[in-house]
Amino acid sequence: MTRKQKRLSVIAGAMAFLGLAVALTFYALGQKASYFYMPGDLQAATLQPGQRIRLGGLVEEGTIVRDQGTEIEFSVTDGDSSVKVHYSGILPDLFREKQGVITEGSFGADGNFVADSVLAKHDENYMPKEVADSLKEKGVWQETTQ
Amino acid sequence: MVEIGHFALVLAFALALVQSVLPLAGARTGNARMMAVGGPVALAGFALVALAFAVLALSYARSDFSVANVWENSHSLKPMLYKITGTWGNHEGSMLLWVLILTFFGALVALFGANLPATLRAGVISVQGWIGAAFLLFILATSNPFARLSPAPIEGRDLNPVLQDIGLAIHPPLLYLGYVGFSVCFSFAVAALIDGRIDAAWARWVRPWTLAAWSFLTGGIAMGSYWAYYELGWGGFWFWDPVENASFMPWLAGTALLHSAIVMEKRSALKIWTLLLAILTFSLSLLGTFLVRSGVLTSVHAFATDPSRGIFILCILTVFIGGSLALFALRAPSLTAGGIFHPVSREGALVLNNLFLTTAAATVLIGTLYPLAVEALSGDKISVGAPFFDLTFGPLMVPLLALVPFGPLLAWKRGDLLAVGQRLMAAFGGALLAVLVTLLFVDGSSVLAALGVGLAAWLVLGALTDLALKAGVGSVPASTMLRRLSGLPLSMFGTTLAHLGLGLTVLGIVGVVSFESENILSMRPGDTADIAGRVLRFETIDPVKGPNYTEDRASFSLLDEAGQPYASVVSAKRFYPVRQMPTTEAGIKTMGFSQLYVSIGDQTADGALVVRIWWKPMVTLIWLGALVMMGGGAVSLFDRRLRVGAPARRRGQLSPKPGEAAA
Repeated sequence: MTRKQKRLSVIAGAMAFLGLAVALTFYALGQKASYFYMPGDLQAATLQPGQRIRLGGLVEEGTIVRDQGTEIEFSVTDGDSSVKVHYSGILPDLFREKQGVITEGSFGADGNFVADSVLAKHDENYMPKEVADSLKEKGVWQETTQ
Repeated sequence: MVEIGHFALVLAFALALVQSVLPLAGARTGNARMMAVGGPVALAGFALVALAFAVLALSYARSDFSVANVWENSHSLKPMLYKITGTWGNHEGSMLLWVLILTFFGALVALFGANLPATLRAGVISVQGWIGAAFLLFILATSNPFARLSPAPIEGRDLNPVLQDIGLAIHPPLLYLGYVGFSVCFSFAVAALIDGRIDAAWARWVRPWTLAAWSFLTGGIAMGSYWAYYELGWGGFWFWDPVENASFMPWLAGTALLHSAIVMEKRSALKIWTLLLAILTFSLSLLGTFLVRSGVLTSVHAFATDPSRGIFILCILTVFIGGSLALFALRAPSLTAGGIFHPVSREGALVLNNLFLTTAAATVLIGTLYPLAVEALSGDKISVGAPFFDLTFGPLMVPLLALVPFGPLLAWKRGDLLAVGQRLMAAFGGALLAVLVTLLFVDGSSVLAALGVGLAAWLVLGALTDLALKAGVGSVPASTMLRRLSGLPLSMFGTTLAHLGLGLTVLGIVGVVSFESENILSMRPGDTADIAGRVLRFETIDPVKGPNYTEDRASFSLLDEAGQPYASVVSAKRFYPVRQMPTTEAGIKTMGFSQLYVSIGDQTADGALVVRIWWKPMVTLIWLGALVMMGGGAVSLFDRRLRVGAPARRRGQLSPKPGEAAA
């Protein structure tokens, strides 16, 4: 091989590598990004059972039910509609009624939302940005006075 | 009293403007007196920002609630350590720390840059001045930490309890020393572009700064990871959270820069690429500052963010990144390109390293910013988390890690892959053995985990192979071996340590990801739980009163086979009344390199306590490995070759040994 051919083959190799990385990235973005929904958006959305989504809203007042063990049930609401969420484990410290939460998980075949993580930022004014934006859009946002 | 701090900041801003213009103008016009202004001005700027910072810290120490910032983030009952660390536990103070470190690095350039060419030094100091002026203006215009309250409140609102931890004393300063340290590399790159000249010496001048910043950033990220691990009570060490990614991207780019600068220094190749990397690394640091401070992305770690002020940082970001890249596009073609080399060589291996690292940094960047782009374009809100990064970042890292041991063994110019392979046979055998041992004795079901352990062993043994070969282990007597080892340049030990640390970190990650066990259950006092072959008994739960909190402290005991307790773990649920905020204090018991992690949750209706227990095998290696990497960087930094000013001294004192200086 001449020097020029060698150099070209190195460059071609690097390009192929980058191409592969780009393809993988876009495939992963298509497959692995999870969409965020508020309870009211769910009717319009077509979700497969088992598809991972993030469900956000406010923890509805008076809906938190703990059983003897580690199972917890609560409803997430956006003011109009609400969705019942099942979760097993320890809730974040700042999980409270009327607080914003984001739960991550999927709908089972029976139509229940099973969350495997409940997200809360560790700040007393915490309102997940997605939840705050959506509530503002719906016009039910209230500035919390701390 | 605090007004002194405010005045000092305003003065520092004025000085930064002088620093931005005069030295560079002097360099362009050949005016030595104008250039000479740079050093003293940079030192004075640092002194003024340090004064402002000290004034703010003092207000915190004295709980001066007439300062709005202190009132919002402090409390008179808080322990003194947290009063002082609280200085940077908020937006304003954190930005002040950022600028303090920026001017600190500017002052270091002024102090230790005596042997740089005068025009380059003047250029670097001026560019540092630009960055300093921009961020000082940001603080003065939007984030004044010295705003007063009248009348002064009697009591403060306390610091976010999650931040009341020793981690706040360590993590942000280290992280900023890393982030902001890369500003010096950026300034060197921009100054070289303005100068229009660049050579191998440039790489040698820039290398100690890169090493220092990289070491600090490595330590900062690792300490942040450990802090989140024990403080948030989730037991995770990395969440691929946007704020974590923000610090990880400059680390990846900085690691690439560290390696490409070697090629430039030794072989005068990859000049333009190294210059670009220096710009990109600091650009990613700026992007990180923007992402963290503006809160545009949902994160679990971001505190006291403010989107409105984020716009200002976005402007700074655009000007600096856009400006430097435009300058690069303008000037790069006129710079002389370096030599070419054989693909199988040390240079070739380092290029491969750069290809992998920058691609990895790009995937992290895409994954982090993609949700922003989607929301802007379609309004859909999405999140990109661990599954994405596992699929993209993982496959990029595995081949890179597998190739790491080859790099240092390959010769410059033209390497012999076969010979290197033979030298690595022992390391490969050891790695194979690690795979087999894992499969046979630890867990036969997971081949992937065993391969992961093998990869870690390969990295550790491969790093040691390099050193062993150089010392002649096995072929020469021990005394010769020691003499040879002591004659090796420190940077060689640095490389070994850094690669070895990487292996340890990989081992820790593989260990905890593959062999972790977890048990969630509700317990009453006296109940026992099984975890990874150990028995844990819940003893008592007692209320305890702390200085500015109350807590329910749950005690657990590890029982031996006879049912006798031999170790205890305490986990607590704290409540901070001022902020009405509960926190979880995880109970952690370190055994060897592994940890037992106990986190308590809420009481169930009938009074039982929800307890989450993890057994985390080898988890501490993740952070210990990072500390070893950091140590590697520090050791390299003390290499004689890199000591700033060394060439001048070497001429007089050391017997000239041709070739040694370049070794």
